[in-house]
Amino acid sequence: MMKTKSEGGFFKKMVRHQLFIPLLALLLLVLFNLIMDPSFFAVTIKENSLGNGVLTGNIISVLDNASELVILSIGMTLVTAASGGQDISVGAAMAIAGSVMLRMACGGQTTADILQSPLILCFLVCVLVSMCFGAFNGALVAYFKIQPMVATLILFTAGRSIAAWINKNELPIMNDLRFKYAGTFLPGVPIPTSIFITILVIVIFVLLLKFTTLGLFTQAVGINSGSSRLNGINPQFIKFLSYVILGVCVAFAGYIRVARSGSINYSRIAENIEMDAILAVALGGNALAGGKFNLTGSVIGAYVIQFLTTTLYKYHVPSTALPAYKAVVVILLVVLSSPYIREKMSKLKNPLVKKEKKEVS
Amino acid sequence: MREGAVLEMRGISKFFPGVKALQNVDFTLRKGEIHALMGENGAGKSTLIKVLTGVYEKDEGEVYVDGINGSVHIHSPHQAQSMGISTVYQEITLCPNLTVAENLFISRGRGIFNNWKEMNRKAGEILDSLGIPAKPKQQLGTCSIAIQQMVAIARAVDMECKILILDEPTSSLDEQEVEKLFGLMRDLKNKGVGIIFVTHFLDQVYEVCDRITVLRDGQLVGEYAIENLPRVQLVSKMLGKELDDMASIKNENDAEEAIDKGTPVFEAEGLCSSADIRPFDFEIHKGEVNGFTGLLGSGRSECVRAIFGADRVTAGKLKMNGKFVRIRKPLDAMKLGIGYLPEDRKGDGIIGDLSVRDNIILALQVMKGFFRPISRSQAEAMADEYIKLLEIKTASADTPVKSLSGGNQQKVILARWLLTNPKYLILDEPTRGIDIGTKIDIQKLVLKLAEEGKSVTFISSEIDEMLRTCSRLIVMRDRKVVGELSGEDLTQTKVMATIAGGDGK
Amino acid sequence: MKKALALVLTLCMVFALCACSAKTDEKKESEAPAAVEESKEESKEEEKEEATETAKVIKVGVINNDPNESGYRTANDRAMRETFTAENGYETTFFNNNDAAQQIATAQQMIQDEVDYLLLSPASTTGWDTVLEDAQAAGTQVILFDRMLEADESMYVAAVVSDMAKEGETAVEWLANQGLEEYNIIHIQGHMGSDAQIGRTGALDAKVEAEDKWTYVSQQTADWDEATAKTIVESVINSGEKFNVIYAENDGMARGAVAALDANGITHGKDGDVIVMGFDCNKWALEELVAGNWNYDGQCNPFQAAVVDEIIKDLENGKAPAEKVIYNPEQGFDAATITAEDVENFGI
Repeated sequence: MMKTKSEGGFFKKMVRHQLFIPLLALLLLVLFNLIMDPSFFAVTIKENSLGNGVLTGNIISVLDNASELVILSIGMTLVTAASGGQDISVGAAMAIAGSVMLRMACGGQTTADILQSPLILCFLVCVLVSMCFGAFNGALVAYFKIQPMVATLILFTAGRSIAAWINKNELPIMNDLRFKYAGTFLPGVPIPTSIFITILVIVIFVLLLKFTTLGLFTQAVGINSGSSRLNGINPQFIKFLSYVILGVCVAFAGYIRVARSGSINYSRIAENIEMDAILAVALGGNALAGGKFNLTGSVIGAYVIQFLTTTLYKYHVPSTALPAYKAVVVILLVVLSSPYIREKMSKLKNPLVKKEKKEVS
Repeated sequence: MREGAVLEMRGISKFFPGVKALQNVDFTLRKGEIHALMGENGAGKSTLIKVLTGVYEKDEGEVYVDGINGSVHIHSPHQAQSMGISTVYQEITLCPNLTVAENLFISRGRGIFNNWKEMNRKAGEILDSLGIPAKPKQQLGTCSIAIQQMVAIARAVDMECKILILDEPTSSLDEQEVEKLFGLMRDLKNKGVGIIFVTHFLDQVYEVCDRITVLRDGQLVGEYAIENLPRVQLVSKMLGKELDDMASIKNENDAEEAIDKGTPVFEAEGLCSSADIRPFDFEIHKGEVNGFTGLLGSGRSECVRAIFGADRVTAGKLKMNGKFVRIRKPLDAMKLGIGYLPEDRKGDGIIGDLSVRDNIILALQVMKGFFRPISRSQAEAMADEYIKLLEIKTASADTPVKSLSGGNQQKVILARWLLTNPKYLILDEPTRGIDIGTKIDIQKLVLKLAEEGKSVTFISSEIDEMLRTCSRLIVMRDRKVVGELSGEDLTQTKVMATIAGGDGK
Repeated sequence: MKKALALVLTLCMVFALCACSAKTDEKKESEAPAAVEESKEESKEEEKEEATETAKVIKVGVINNDPNESGYRTANDRAMRETFTAENGYETTFFNNNDAAQQIATAQQMIQDEVDYLLLSPASTTGWDTVLEDAQAAGTQVILFDRMLEADESMYVAAVVSDMAKEGETAVEWLANQGLEEYNIIHIQGHMGSDAQIGRTGALDAKVEAEDKWTYVSQQTADWDEATAKTIVESVINSGEKFNVIYAENDGMARGAVAALDANGITHGKDGDVIVMGFDCNKWALEELVAGNWNYDGQCNPFQAAVVDEIIKDLENGKAPAEKVIYNPEQGFDAATITAEDVENFGI
């Protein structure tokens, strides 16, 4: 009897665990691809056009292309947890970040073959500008108490025009290979650089959560901001901070995106990525109303989304039908992760447990 | 079913992960009686009520309701209502953004109300008949908590019910309001309604109840007629042991001379905040327990909020150990060694979704600062220490604090502040809605803290509780301090007189 | 801490404000009718100064798409703005938006303001009937540029457009002339339903249908986005399918595709394994041709402004345009034959 009970408990615990749904989704995608075509997972070393040996394969593609989304979803998770809302301007903010990067790197020229300023300086300026725009959103949300979705709508609308203005409406092209390292490969390294950058960002956040009280304070503010204030936390500042941190994430994501090709298309770059980032947060089992959060969940959620996209491309799903397929899968995942279904699922095994109990007793 | 019973519950059990909330409990309610359901925190009162109202489904046992053949299964509160079981919960469950009238009639299954005038008129009648000072068109959220509670009762009463459950209805009502409620309860009783009354106020039990059922640790202790169970007996049945705590507390209180009469630990002069209180002076010495008293809304909570910087301070000077200090926000106060347990436990105290551990270390963590997090092992050690010290009943330190009972939540917040080792602790209604055992624990703790040289400001709605713990009482009326009582003057009559303001003018 | 915060905030606000104001000043980009009014007033003042010199000022309303949409659109918009200036005798109101509903609302506003000519690049092909009728009633002459709409030819004076279908045909013809043994094509489409996508896809679809040697390895939309194009090509490479042509419907997507090829060490361009084709003739794209990295770039001439200007001048002199629909001259460039002069002359 004890045994059956603990098994039931384990099943229940597993189903209730926050990471259950994203991991299940990942597992299903992996299984699907394994059954349909195991070569999906083949990773080979090829020589790229610069003579570097580099790893290629769908898995590498997923890891590589998910980078921006993963980085954004981390910042989005914090914003969601602290302010109980989402930043819908991250795509537009990425356009700004990318535009700033190119502006700095090209030094105002339309086409530049070598970097006009040191890469690190370009990136620092990019981070600073992104933080400012993050601060703008954060101030509206935290100090002016505007609904996050409405507050960030401003930048969502204006961001891409600002991005274009930064480069005087030109479409700069950066041909220096050093600029593109972040979106391609470092010489002699077979793994896409963006994967390293993603790991770096994740490590930064793990350290940030370990060596500061950001996690505790963010959750406390998200759950009960009044109570947090009476415990000496400054809820407004924590909310504000989360948007600034998202700004830093946007800078990383924006840089990776423009480094992939060394150019930018203001109205198309990272279009709709905000929705994917919010979806990643939700898939990760985080409440969109704020409060407790789990970064691991969001990161896995982001990879699931990219995995799904890559899978759909792999099977040449007709272009017009692609969004529909994605929507179906997304609806399934979101419904599965809803508290209602989870509750039902955790009860699935209950009758069994009860039956066995009775038999034994 | 027994003769004359409207409700019979037999062998009810309810299990939660790791907790047996109810084990084989029987409960019988007769027509036209007021039946008190008594027990400590976690004794299973709330669980039993929730099983009865369909919030929880029972795991074992049978329920019989008058007028329905055979045992019934209650799956939802709505179903319970249709069987004539109405409930007024401890926490207000109405919609604060609707009007009083709308709250009275919402989801009453009479179709869509299209006659607003009629609804408002009817609501007005109900309010009048119960003497509730609220207007039908008033938004509920703008009423005081007491009035909201009374509206909830009015709503339950107006629904034709055979069984009325009042779960801690009086915890936020003042004496007059309580009297009104009791009048109402007696009326209903005479009409044959069976009333289940859950409360922590012993006086109220003996004033209004006919019968008492005592629960302890999820099990039935017994059912007694009120005249057969003297108070002391009841308390000892609830606690499960013969105790002389009430007396011993009083004895300890004699050690009042221990108070150091030197420079006050904390002084306020002409303090005034945005919460609309008159400027007041205040001081507290080392090892002293004092209290703010007064009716609900007299400004006693606002005063301590001003001291802690919880409301915006608009004027006044503060001194800590004789030195001028500035408190502009709670963190300033915390850094000076002041702790504050707020009145609204749910809204201002606990952080519901966070674990017991995180809730305990929160204040200390904030004081340590953003870049110096408390390590997991340290936090575990601290939480375990205080869970043990304050006897907090929780499945584990990882349990979300919101799943604890009210008294244990309060203990968690106490633990939070004790962990910061404050010099001066402000406790606003720490014993509200808490069972008698925990109440005594908290009172003893307060006196122990004072003995250790800490200063405590203690606020409670129960005057006798204040008299037992405080050596000085500051009396408030209409948002200003109207008197200060200490020593010989600390008697129930004197305090009442000062609150009422009969002798001053 | 607080001070730092305040500083950051102020900086941020100032920056955002600068961005906005500078933007409107420089580009006169008006997103709402109110803004249209504003720029009109400015030009009215200019008009007063000019009035002494030129006899007649022609009032023109220009409705165009968002210049940030693509390099093509940027060039197109710039040409319009450079042509219809006060110096050239025009009093012009510009409106840029990708939303047809807003375009229609603004067009009606302009007709009410009694512009002489309404220059229109519609965001959608339908829904313009009332506007055209109103214009006719008010005596406003409508000239379409860059994009067509569904209406009777009598409803507008002229249309100066790119023949997207012809662009596609030219490109497909060029590709056929390469004489490959078989054509395994990755077709990266633009935003589905757009004029350019329909035209450029049409010719290729027909050819693939007709010829056995021509097959699609993959045909997917990248929504004009480079990164998406790269992902699509990557997924084909990863699945190990053979291909020798990339037909991307704009330069940006071709660039994305090439990035994927480079990462996998697949040669492309003049002497490479894979033929790379793009559209729009961005200057940098033509440079890629010169460098031999790409094989073909189809021109999509954004410079209708000069032609429109000529038509208006002729109309003012009482000369109606010879043809209703005027196709801008367009050509395709081959990496083998392109010259530096071509880059200068045709690059945008």
